[in-house]
Amino acid sequence: MTQEYEITIGLETHIQLNTVTKAFCGCKADSWNDAPNTNICPICSGQPGSLPAVNKAMVEKGLMLCLAMNSNVNLTSYFDRKNYMYADLPSGYQVTQDNRPIGVGGYLDFTMDDGREVRVHIHNLHMEEDAGKTKNEGDIRLIDMNRCGVPLIEMVTMPDLHSADEAATYLMRLRQLLRWIGVSEANMERAHLRCDANVSIAPKGSKTLGKKCEIKNINSIEAVRTAISFEIQRQIREVEAGRKIEQWTIEWDNDAQVLRKMRSKETAADYRYFREPNLMPVVISPEFYEDVKRRMPEMPWARRARFMSDFGLPAYDASILTADRETSEFFEAACRTYAGDHKRVSNWMMNEVLRVVNEKGVPLSELAIRPEDLAEIIKLVDAKTVNTSTGKSLVDKVLETGKKPAEIVKELGLGLVSDEGAIKEVCRKIVDANPKEVASYRGGKETLIGWFVGQVMKEMRGKADPEMAKAILTELLKG
Amino acid sequence: MTNLTHLTALEQAKLIRDREISAAELLDATLKQVAKVDGRPGSVDGVETEQDLEKVHAFITMTEAQARAKAADVDRRIAAGEPVGPLAGVPYSAKDVFCTKGIQTTAAAKILNGWKPPYNATVIDRMDKTDAVLFGKVNLDEFTFGGSNETTAFKPTVRNPWDYTRVPGGSSGGSAAAVAADEGAISLGTDTGGSIREPAAFTGTVGLKPTYGRVSRYGVIPFASSMDTIGPLTRSVSDAALVMREIAGADPRDGVTGRVAVEDYLAELEKGVKGMRIGISPDYLKITHINDDGEYASAPIDEDVLAKMERAVAIFRALGAEIIDDVPMKNTKYSVPAYFVISRIEAYSNLQRYDGLRFGMPTKRETADMYDLYYKTRGEGFGYQTKLRLLTGLFVSQEKYYEKYYRRAEQARGLLRADFDRAFDPNGKYRLDVLLTPSTPSPAFEFGGATAKDSLLMQFADQFTSPMNFAGTPGISFPAGLSKDGLPVGLQAAGYDYSEAKILRAAYAFEQATADEDWRSVKPMALR
Repeated sequence: MTQEYEITIGLETHIQLNTVTKAFCGCKADSWNDAPNTNICPICSGQPGSLPAVNKAMVEKGLMLCLAMNSNVNLTSYFDRKNYMYADLPSGYQVTQDNRPIGVGGYLDFTMDDGREVRVHIHNLHMEEDAGKTKNEGDIRLIDMNRCGVPLIEMVTMPDLHSADEAATYLMRLRQLLRWIGVSEANMERAHLRCDANVSIAPKGSKTLGKKCEIKNINSIEAVRTAISFEIQRQIREVEAGRKIEQWTIEWDNDAQVLRKMRSKETAADYRYFREPNLMPVVISPEFYEDVKRRMPEMPWARRARFMSDFGLPAYDASILTADRETSEFFEAACRTYAGDHKRVSNWMMNEVLRVVNEKGVPLSELAIRPEDLAEIIKLVDAKTVNTSTGKSLVDKVLETGKKPAEIVKELGLGLVSDEGAIKEVCRKIVDANPKEVASYRGGKETLIGWFVGQVMKEMRGKADPEMAKAILTELLKG
Repeated sequence: MTNLTHLTALEQAKLIRDREISAAELLDATLKQVAKVDGRPGSVDGVETEQDLEKVHAFITMTEAQARAKAADVDRRIAAGEPVGPLAGVPYSAKDVFCTKGIQTTAAAKILNGWKPPYNATVIDRMDKTDAVLFGKVNLDEFTFGGSNETTAFKPTVRNPWDYTRVPGGSSGGSAAAVAADEGAISLGTDTGGSIREPAAFTGTVGLKPTYGRVSRYGVIPFASSMDTIGPLTRSVSDAALVMREIAGADPRDGVTGRVAVEDYLAELEKGVKGMRIGISPDYLKITHINDDGEYASAPIDEDVLAKMERAVAIFRALGAEIIDDVPMKNTKYSVPAYFVISRIEAYSNLQRYDGLRFGMPTKRETADMYDLYYKTRGEGFGYQTKLRLLTGLFVSQEKYYEKYYRRAEQARGLLRADFDRAFDPNGKYRLDVLLTPSTPSPAFEFGGATAKDSLLMQFADQFTSPMNFAGTPGISFPAGLSKDGLPVGLQAAGYDYSEAKILRAAYAFEQATADEDWRSVKPMALR
């Protein structure tokens, strides 16, 4: 019988906050596509005599994340120095939070694809500054300090994850949440969201955890899944070959799709933490706390639940419509204007609007269609001013022109013809032109009615009210 | 003709404003005085020779070109009837830890030799707004690590203008010596454990260490960031009041600066000391140290210093102040050891950035890798005292010693602070306005003395000044007479948070009351 193993995973995430300026100076925080060492100043480049000044936006976003993660907020927290010398750390210490960070504890609940509920507990959340980037070109080490001082939240989970799939799902949910509350772009490829994973295995039923290995530098959801799976397999192979797991630090090489050992059993570095004397304690006033709390959006899981309970949407629809905040808000706005069956709006939303979003690969906000446009189109269909397929094409036309649906209908004459005389004339023409089909119909093949309606619609370029055409044709074909 | 360079800044400013003299003339006179008394400027290649022993050597860098441009601008504006600042045309120097854009700033450390900062310290900008004229950067103990100026990497070192065989004090030794030798009426210094007040006392000048956070530290190369303060050294209390009024105030670039309103310290001076409660503490009239058995032991302070204290008390009493005797400041004894721990830890961390890469001088030797580059650069670029502080800082900051050293030092700091809270509590037993203490246990000592083994007074030279850095409270050292050997003795008026106006008032009252005393007309050796 093969041994079964209990897998234990904890994730350490670094979240780059999307503040306009850096954590402790006025430099632009986002340097994507900027030349190296262009967004720097005496403060973030560590010039002697310069001093940090706390960016309030960092504290606000940190607080928002604490609230979203159900963490206990320290209304007074401190910045500390983590001392180490490295070429991409200009001042020789990183300003971070050690023993009194902004958030302690907390959790995130999420549902796996198989419906299992998972709760991941959070150890703590702390604010810190990023270091620069090091690039090795042959013998030359190049340092880009643009990233120095960019605000990060480091968030460490408890060892609550038990498969690569759970770890990947947690990260997806976290990414969704970060974008939802607007604290980070959370783009893993651009390292807005970085992840290190601690992985260990132990025989099932064992009371103690196995020795953990830390995988560094996992920069996509797929990489998290693959790297952790590989590491679990490696550890199982080791144990089954009778070898002991050693405490390694491992690097994930995404290009080669392999794990590489960086170092074994680190002698724990002494960072000599002490309070950063240049910064006053971070004090969150009760007013500020309440203000931020009040401005917090409804959380995605709450909104999903509401879409199901209040709007009667199926779980599938509710999940899709709450995948990001923008979509959910678009949907709700369309529902408000439409003021009818929510499921009908959901169908239109998923089949038409999100289809275009996926096709074009652009965010909803960049599309010309607004929620009231969608509601109007559905109403036009309901009122039989246009038929369903015209309605669908209206979505594309709004996107192309940015005009209001009613305006397009009017300009292009897309409205259904419900003038009985006009329809009757065409019907008669079709009946007269197709004696063979008329004979078959009258001979009992009544399903041909659909074909006749189709002919009428074709003749009238889809503008006939199909119900009315069917009634007239039935009457005419009676003979 | 008046000796322009011996005038106070206020007097100089008035002459310029009244168009009696031009800023250019005053600058010329000042530069001439430097040429006369200062001798060679300090440099990293400097070797002290026989000829150097009878000069002041306060300066590392002269900024003559920039000073001339500024003086010409002031003169032009005055001629055109345009408004000028309160210190228009007054030459001043700054300790070489104040970053000056495009002008070498060394902290008297070899590793920063030739470094030209890309920005100005806030205080330099504020002085520029007063239209004062920066004409030079003065020497100090390397990275401000010392109390004698002997640790500078820029030799020859500063000598005491009163007696060339003695140290000027430190670390703002260049500032104190320059002002005492009439090389400018104002010099900006820094004080982390007594570095303004001790050299002021040793050179017969006025040195004001303000409340922590009263003056922006932005752009000032740090020693121990939780205690660093910035203030003026001058020859008169009024000048100190004026400069403080101009440089104090909140700065968004320094988060620890307080939003407390800045008083017009100059206007406040005249209020006198009548009814002021001035305290004397027995804990500031003796040295407490730890003896070879690890026990606290006491040693007396210098007799001359004690005599000046007693005289000053009599003068203040005569001026109508209420003298409160026996104010307990019983945690003073913890100051030096606890200060040692915290200042070393912060100093070590602040020194981490000196790798010779982005600024300063990297080693010229072959290096194997990044860390080898660090070792060699830092090995060459740091002086002995800096290495000593770095190593002690590294040692006491180890995580395993956190409780033993850092935590206990922080506790001692809390106790010390409580001494001040009690003494100055307006509803407490003592209700002090001012605590009067000696600035230093002795007058200036001889070169080499600070490292001599048996010189307790020197090792504990900071004992009466470092508590204020620990507590964050202000203190001003003012001249109180000369010792039997003709050396200046300084006393300190210490106050509570943001009480600069009160301590300046006390120092001013003493200055006025003793204006005609004989010792006031005795000139330092450099001016004889």
